[in-house]
Amino acid sequence: MSSLAIQHSFGAKNISTGYEEKLILKDLNMEIPAGKFSVIIGPNGCGKSTLLKSFARLLQPKQGNVLLDGKSIYELPTQLLARHIGLLPQSPTVPAGITVADLVARGRFPYQTMFGQLKKEDYEAIAMAMDAMGVSELADQPVDSLSGGQRQRVWIALVLAQDTDILLLDEPTTYLDIAYQVEILDCLAALNRMKQTTIVAILHDINLSIRYADHIFAMKKGNLVAEGNPKEIITPELMREIYGMESTILTDPQTGDPYVIPRSVVK
Amino acid sequence: MKKEKTTHTYNFIWGFGAELLLLLLGAVLSVSYGSKQIPLTEILSFVTGGDVDSFLGAVIAARIPRTVFGLLAGASLGISGALMQSITANPIADPSILGVNTGASLFVVIGIAYLGITSGIGLIGLAFIGAMLTAVFVYGIASVGYGGANSMKLALAGAAVSTALGALVNTIMLPDSHVMKEFRFWQVGSIGGGTWEDVRLLLPFFGVGIFLALCCGASLNVLSLGDEMAVALGVHVGLIRLVSAFAGVLLCASVTALAGPIGFVGLMMPHLVRQLFTGDMRIVLPMSALGGAALLTLSDVAGRVLGRPGELEVGIITAILGAPIFVWIVWKSKVKSI
Amino acid sequence: MKHIAEENLKQILDRQNRRATLCVILLAVIVLLLGCGMLMFGNTNYSMAEVWSYLLGKGSGSGAYAIGSVRLPKLVVGGLAGFAFGVSGYTFQSLLRNPLASPDIIGVTAGSSAAAVFCILILGISGAVASGFAVVAGLGVTGVILLLSGRGKAFGSRMILIGIGFQAMLNALISWMLLKGSEYDVGTALRWLRGSLNSVQMSDVPVTLVVTVITAGLLFYCNRYLQMMQLGDEYATALGVPIQETRICCLLAALILSATATSVTGPIASVAFLSGPIAGRIAPGSRKTMALSGLVGVILVYGAELVSKNVFSTSYPVGVITGLLGAPYLLLLLLNLNKKGEKSA
Repeated sequence: MSSLAIQHSFGAKNISTGYEEKLILKDLNMEIPAGKFSVIIGPNGCGKSTLLKSFARLLQPKQGNVLLDGKSIYELPTQLLARHIGLLPQSPTVPAGITVADLVARGRFPYQTMFGQLKKEDYEAIAMAMDAMGVSELADQPVDSLSGGQRQRVWIALVLAQDTDILLLDEPTTYLDIAYQVEILDCLAALNRMKQTTIVAILHDINLSIRYADHIFAMKKGNLVAEGNPKEIITPELMREIYGMESTILTDPQTGDPYVIPRSVVK
Repeated sequence: MKKEKTTHTYNFIWGFGAELLLLLLGAVLSVSYGSKQIPLTEILSFVTGGDVDSFLGAVIAARIPRTVFGLLAGASLGISGALMQSITANPIADPSILGVNTGASLFVVIGIAYLGITSGIGLIGLAFIGAMLTAVFVYGIASVGYGGANSMKLALAGAAVSTALGALVNTIMLPDSHVMKEFRFWQVGSIGGGTWEDVRLLLPFFGVGIFLALCCGASLNVLSLGDEMAVALGVHVGLIRLVSAFAGVLLCASVTALAGPIGFVGLMMPHLVRQLFTGDMRIVLPMSALGGAALLTLSDVAGRVLGRPGELEVGIITAILGAPIFVWIVWKSKVKSI
Repeated sequence: MKHIAEENLKQILDRQNRRATLCVILLAVIVLLLGCGMLMFGNTNYSMAEVWSYLLGKGSGSGAYAIGSVRLPKLVVGGLAGFAFGVSGYTFQSLLRNPLASPDIIGVTAGSSAAAVFCILILGISGAVASGFAVVAGLGVTGVILLLSGRGKAFGSRMILIGIGFQAMLNALISWMLLKGSEYDVGTALRWLRGSLNSVQMSDVPVTLVVTVITAGLLFYCNRYLQMMQLGDEYATALGVPIQETRICCLLAALILSATATSVTGPIASVAFLSGPIAGRIAPGSRKTMALSGLVGVILVYGAELVSKNVFSTSYPVGVITGLLGAPYLLLLLLNLNKKGEKSA
């Protein structure tokens, strides 16, 4: 667990996908920078979640492919792939009566064999994940009794226990108040720094995205519009293009990051 | 999600007209068709008091109450379904799905077995209490917990309660062959035994139920926007829900007590109306009534045609018709994943 | 940030596991005791020693007949059926993620019942042919329900709803057949509808045993995937669970399991529906819940059989007794969920 994450080349190559007849992503290419904290931004319905689902093998592309080190992820054994790529979905379900420790322990599934018991490294990984998300004290509590913020941290702990090189998170901070949002993003940023885990997150708050992201992907209508360092790509023009919104961009006096103030929606 | 289509008044008139036509067709067929066919001219002259062969006259006189009873029962079921779907905000609410029929059955079987009740009015009372209690119980089970009473929880609660109450019905029925014999006939919905006496019994309940339902129409429209919105718009949510639930259960329980459980009529008609015309409850209620009446009489005629030389009970016909429509509704209402 | 010692963690995780193991042992002991009770008590009561000597084939006469040919088959077949209903019910409930979605609620067993009633009342056939027909029809009806449910995310919900629609229709058909059948046969058919151990024979054992072992074995094999799927399809997929394969495999196995048991004893009401939640209450969130559900199923059947034979003056079929348990359970669920609803609100 303490070892550094392997740096994979990972990304989508010319993928088109969607639900039933409707195509949501159209011939999209995206290369995820290894070892970086990337954030995908874009308006509702632009295909962010769909893209993340394709990355995690939840949605098979109609055309094109998702490649991990040059190989299609559909050709890899599923449990092996689950040691490389982890996903925090938007709305997981809590099994009745399960305790926090037990739930986080389920993240070790990809490492277990048929009747295998948990091994030493499993316990290590679970303990570290729980420590990282600050839920160790809750270990023997039932998950249904936790608050929303605690619960979300337990879910993230589960994904951390999975100990993957690449971590995909679909809106990990939704429904949380601002302090929890910052806390969770800090944890993820620390993980990225210490272990060089590649992180790809979808965030709705543009300013938090700018602050935490090394790399931003801006999407609109199933296409990648712009990508790069937030300092370079966040401009009033980009905001107008993806959100159809006029904005003023200030500079954060402490970090020098851009800060977006929305003005009016372009009619 | 109700789409307000760009319909105009003449569209509704057209709809009402078509329904009346079907209803009339059902009524005429119901009187003329049977083991002895009666030509239309004979019926006309019987109705207008003209000269009719005495044997044919007797046959017609026997079939008219059945037809009238069928019309009333169909209208009751149609309105009852529309009310239940509206107050539960749920497309699949129907007495047969919600287990309300089984509740009524249980009380009726208790009445036959232990209380020695055989009179129509007594059975109506029992069926009503049973239906009302079951409806409240099922809705209670479905609405607790996460997410309120969605279709799935409602249907499951209804089915589970049905199963449990069914076991009770069997417990009472099994040791007593007399009860089994009586109840067996009641268990299949049929209007074949409809008499003027039944019509007379049903009529007051029908009148009260329909009156209350029509009074609630406008408020139910507002209720469909959600409870909070409805309160904000000045509707007594609790009162409206109570009154329309009372009317809905009253209508279906009185029919169930007299004719036995007839499923799916209340499910089908309101859906057809909403699909073809409008979601406005002020229109949906009367249209469901007319449509339900037409559907039930036509199904009854179909049962007589298909079941020759005897007849198929109307409850079987509506169940067979209803199941595919139910599947269609499930697909159309786009249930969410669990 | 507070650090959790591995030892602590291990303890917490093991505690639950140990508890579940303990429960399995406890329930197995109860099954054993009830099993002995089933052999000993009935119209005539026998002591354990007598039962034992009859079982070894030493005695003769009415006692040997009562135990060897009546009570022993009930014990074996009843046990297998209870186990089958418990395991298949649990599988359905966890696959469809709803405590009410057991095969006896969502129309799967109604198909078997309707077919059996059709055989007995309309065609005048009973016995093995009717049983076989019931299995095939049960699978057929479920096949239709599955086909109509389509694919994709809402598959589970649609399957439950459509199953219930079918259930309502099939029940109407069953009532109608009961009405049309001759009065003499109705009793037989009705008893069959509620599930009974009264007509089971030793010759039912081999087929039931083989099918139960194979399908239940398959389900136990898939159990660890099922556990992961409780986290939701998306998590499960991301953790490397082949969800589509698991779902199809488990549904089929659970179906064959419950249809086979139904064909021997009739649908013993509420057993499939109650076992899973009871087991879940005893040992929540454990991997052993599946085995526990099976044992709870056996206990329900044995207990109901003992009650029906020894408590009431009328000998009710076992399914009526278990069916009655369904009503208080629903009430309990209502009260319980109410509390939970307040907490989360």
